[in-house]
Amino acid sequence: MTLPITCNSKEIVAEKKRCSRGVSVGIKSVSIAFGGRTVLENFDIEIAAGEFVAIVGRSGCGKSTLLRSVVGLETPQSGTIALGEVAGSKGKPDVRVMFQDSRLLPWRRILPNVMLGLEPALIPQARKVLAQVGLAERANDWPATLSGGQRQRVALARALVHDPNLLLLDEPLGSLDALTRIEMQQLIKDVWRSRGFTAMLVTHDVAEAVSLADRVILIEGGRVALDELVNIPRPRTRGSARFAALEERILGRVLQRRALVEEQWQTISGRTEGRW
Amino acid sequence: MYRHRPGSTIRTQLRPRTLVKRALPWVVPILLLVGWQWASSAGILPSRFLPAPRAVLRSFFELSASGELWLHVRVSTMRALAGFAVGGGLGLLLGLFTGSLHWAETLLDTTIQMVRNIPPLALIPLVILWFGIDESAKLFLVALGVFFPVYVNTFHGIRSVDRGLLEMGRTYGLSGWPLYREIILPGALPSILVGVRFSLGLMWVILIVAETISARSGIGYMTMNAREFMQTDVMVVGILLYAILGKLADLLAKGLERYWLRWNPAYQAAR
Repeated sequence: MTLPITCNSKEIVAEKKRCSRGVSVGIKSVSIAFGGRTVLENFDIEIAAGEFVAIVGRSGCGKSTLLRSVVGLETPQSGTIALGEVAGSKGKPDVRVMFQDSRLLPWRRILPNVMLGLEPALIPQARKVLAQVGLAERANDWPATLSGGQRQRVALARALVHDPNLLLLDEPLGSLDALTRIEMQQLIKDVWRSRGFTAMLVTHDVAEAVSLADRVILIEGGRVALDELVNIPRPRTRGSARFAALEERILGRVLQRRALVEEQWQTISGRTEGRW
Repeated sequence: MYRHRPGSTIRTQLRPRTLVKRALPWVVPILLLVGWQWASSAGILPSRFLPAPRAVLRSFFELSASGELWLHVRVSTMRALAGFAVGGGLGLLLGLFTGSLHWAETLLDTTIQMVRNIPPLALIPLVILWFGIDESAKLFLVALGVFFPVYVNTFHGIRSVDRGLLEMGRTYGLSGWPLYREIILPGALPSILVGVRFSLGLMWVILIVAETISARSGIGYMTMNAREFMQTDVMVVGILLYAILGKLADLLAKGLERYWLRWNPAYQAAR
């Protein structure tokens, strides 16, 4: 299933031809506001073709809004979002989204769900992708009979069958249990390495970001607060010292404000304790 | 009991329980029937007031043997179905229309909501004036009555389709008819079927009234005609026929729900 292709950002120039599926994403001075509340302000990031970028931040920091604006579900008030050209083809790049909830059509069986928007001639391909995510034998079941993790795997298959140039992952593993989540992370890692699409993952799980991505971006107050390359060779083991150190550092940066508040709280509660 | 193997224990325990469960809904009707027959035989219930169940049964067989019963049933069923097809069809179309297009809602919904509050049966005097006591009068009343439940529920169904699924559909390049066929219609279907089931009940109610007021055939005519001759047994046969036909219509609607909504676990278990 996996081809020996890796698309780390360092190797990207040398491997550009082999990583031809991915497209670059250029986000320039994008501002988005909802009802007067600014979510993103003059936001800039550049993502190379085939790169895996994780976007972390607190709830409501605008990370999902950023992802939604890349696929056109939100329209920025100002700024531009440009996708690069697909190598060897003049067509528009194919962008697919995986949402936090699987968003399978409950009234279609699994295979027709994967086939959504495709010609019937592509059934063999859909079956192949379904087998790739390990659900070949569930092709004729209703989504309601699948577990949450299985549904997300079907959603991944539905995105992959289009062979996307850019895959947007909007906290796709947020509602899964810890074991299923690790399994899904491995699956996403494998398909990304074998297909070489560009990936943008929004997550609140810093360990997940460090484990999967080439680059971790922290959004805070509508801007990029941290842009960190993950220089840990793959396959990455969670227990390793470098992994832990990087996770700790990013987490520390995310929690900075919280830490300040807690410090103040401790001094207050310490005082009240003294009084009682 | 504990010496049995687990499987056999469960089976011996389950069987009488399901039997009781099946029989339970029929206990009250059978008791009522027995009490009714007893009251008639004992002379407490004069047949002028309510005939004995045996008399009703006898009159049912006589009427069906002469073919008179089936003629009336056929006429009434045809009226009901024709009215339902016209009214339900229009309700579905208009509901889809106003549910999908905002300008159509602004244009039509206020008018429809105003007309909705007029009871169809209040129009009987006007309807007799317009159509006489012809078939078209009954068709009009039934169609008008079933239109609104189907319309309101279709409209509501379209409006309550899961936003997330619509959004997903758009990111997969669906729009226009494919989006409608794949997401909007199936998403609205549970609500539409609620409207259908409701209007099937209403269909009989309106037809009964229309037929008892003005008709030359049909179950309502048969019942009213029997009143002239004090044939209480025929009257009860007519009333029971409505109950049976209403139940059949409901079973049909349930069957449609179970087939079309078989993807929905809530309808798989429903009986």
